[in-house]
Amino acid sequence: MDATSRDFKSNAFDARRDPHLQDALARLGHGFPLKRLEAAARLPEFEALRDRAREIKNHVLDNLDFYLERFEERVTEQGGKVHWCTDAQAAREKILEICRSVDAKTITKSKSMIGEEIAINDFLEEHGVDPIETDLGEYIIQLRREPPSHIIAPAIHLTMGQVEETFRKSHDDLPAERPLDEPRKLLEEARDKLRDKFLGADVGLTGANMLIAETGSNVLVTNEGNADLTYSLPKVHIVIASLEKIVPTLEDATSILRVLARSATGQDMSVYTTFCSGPRRAEDLDGPDEYHVVLLDNGRSELIGSEFHEMLRCIRCGACLNHCPVYRTVGGHAYGWVYSGPMGAVLIPGLIGIDEAGHLPNASTLCGRCESVCPMRIPLPRMLRAWRRRQYRRESSSGPGRLALRAWAWLAQRPALYHLFTNLSIAALGAWGRRRGAFRRLPFAQGWTGSRDFAAPAGDTFMAQWKKGPRGDASGEWLRKRRS
Amino acid sequence: MTDARAQILGRLKTALDRDNRSPDAARARLETPPENLVPARGQASDADRIGRFTEEATRVEATVSRIATLADLPATVAEYLAGHNLPKQLRITPSLAGAGWEAQPLLDISSGRAAGLDAVGVGRAFGGVAETGTLVFVSGPDNPTTVNFLPPTHIAVIAASDIAGSYEAVWRRVRTLAPAPGPGKTQLPRTVNWITGPSRTADIEQTLLLGAHGPQRLHIVIVDDAG
Repeated sequence: MDATSRDFKSNAFDARRDPHLQDALARLGHGFPLKRLEAAARLPEFEALRDRAREIKNHVLDNLDFYLERFEERVTEQGGKVHWCTDAQAAREKILEICRSVDAKTITKSKSMIGEEIAINDFLEEHGVDPIETDLGEYIIQLRREPPSHIIAPAIHLTMGQVEETFRKSHDDLPAERPLDEPRKLLEEARDKLRDKFLGADVGLTGANMLIAETGSNVLVTNEGNADLTYSLPKVHIVIASLEKIVPTLEDATSILRVLARSATGQDMSVYTTFCSGPRRAEDLDGPDEYHVVLLDNGRSELIGSEFHEMLRCIRCGACLNHCPVYRTVGGHAYGWVYSGPMGAVLIPGLIGIDEAGHLPNASTLCGRCESVCPMRIPLPRMLRAWRRRQYRRESSSGPGRLALRAWAWLAQRPALYHLFTNLSIAALGAWGRRRGAFRRLPFAQGWTGSRDFAAPAGDTFMAQWKKGPRGDASGEWLRKRRS
Repeated sequence: MTDARAQILGRLKTALDRDNRSPDAARARLETPPENLVPARGQASDADRIGRFTEEATRVEATVSRIATLADLPATVAEYLAGHNLPKQLRITPSLAGAGWEAQPLLDISSGRAAGLDAVGVGRAFGGVAETGTLVFVSGPDNPTTVNFLPPTHIAVIAASDIAGSYEAVWRRVRTLAPAPGPGKTQLPRTVNWITGPSRTADIEQTLLLGAHGPQRLHIVIVDDAG
């Protein structure tokens, strides 16, 4: 898809004024974070398991070449095939080539963020193959021709009324007067529509939550069971996965699964966790005849060893989105590409470039909640700052922001002058604004006063008050200790 | 394609300084993997295991019943279907073909892979995990995978002795199904399915609904002496 990350500011502005979206985001804020807390409380070992999960992925990233080669060896030994793709175009063409080799007309698809990343649906459609999303949320947004707004709940931005409207428009073969006024009826209609698609598809395309080197398997996690109908019914199973999905052993996959669902939806374990290895065996009664893994790099190998290396630990649980005050205010679409929230703000500039996505690392308060809930303990705020630093270095040296910062830096290095300046300006602002208590407008500060008042200073600067205050109390004691 | 492989691996090997750092530690870790951290709730004693499994499975909206021997299965299934007013058309896996279904002539039984209109699927679980009330199924000639997913009602049969505390305990058994193809390698059946409760979605306004694409009902029958 074409990124609109450049337009983050106007996207965010529109999102704030979309009442449907604001409803949906309010529900999100009460849902996932609470459930995550409850799940963590039920498992005393949760924090220790997060440490384990982080160690596993650190070890994998330090040996990524070895584990990928071993994975390929295991897939090949079982009669499957691994296709290495450096970029999105190569992956799209490979998938189309496999579809054409079996003369596929329709393919069923279970939710894959890599599928979104390479925009596989549009490409297949252009080339005469009909892709059908089967995850309920993905199905809804496919009908609406929208990108996902959340990595695990793609249609979270929609209200029930909007889903009803979409179904009435798209399922125009059904009676117009049918009742669709509750979620259950909408689900049943989608389930019926998709049943035949599952049974008639020529190829099943799934993502992978993990790849296992020991066994040459892909792991799939869903609650709906759509992935299981996607890989087990058609003749061909294609897995699309990025390099960093690999883990060494079944036990390592298990450790990560213990933190994945708890962080994502607050379930102890998702309903369906599936390990697929190669094509069906000679005596099997069902399963695909062919098994392909399309292994995508798309810029990831260049993140290894960089300051964004640790981002490759991400297991796409969505916890950082669910806890981010910015995401919860503007939703996923404002970020302008397939990922969103803190993980998106770090990953998107890495994948489509900082020039395209420069606003995203700045759309954060750096409050740190993302890092505190990340099951893989990814230092997201540190990486957001790293992008800001890179961006600052690239920008022209004469921008007004840069001049202002230089002036501030010059002043801050001269404490006497700095205190004189702040004392004077605080006194002036205080005298000017004390009567009303706040400013509606301030010169050079429209960025702030354009949307809210600026509180007038109530007295002296902090430093001035500190100097006046009683010495030897608890807080002064604390400060002296810290200094010594 | 070979070019892409060489290019990706080349970039990784440079970034990881493979000229000076061998992957021996990773190879050794595959061959002798470290012990997992198994949560206390996955280490229930023999006496508590089935109770914990039942409690956790019930928490995720499965229902559980218990029978003495496999010969009781047809009657239990008939009773469950009648009690829920469900159709008596069953697709069973070949692994359960010998359970004495003749005793229930009103049940319409066929064995094999599932078809689109099957009403009830009955399959045999390879193992159970008390930690989260999870069932483990392995595919094979006697256990087609589709029976677990296509019919709207899923009945899972499991021997009490196959219910373990943790996932790790079940992996140890899965590893005995086929000889290891080499050091640090494991041969799995085509499909291993962990199933924890019936299918669900919360994609519409975060309202939890059972029966999205997989089964709407999951009934677990624990067999004390599966013979």
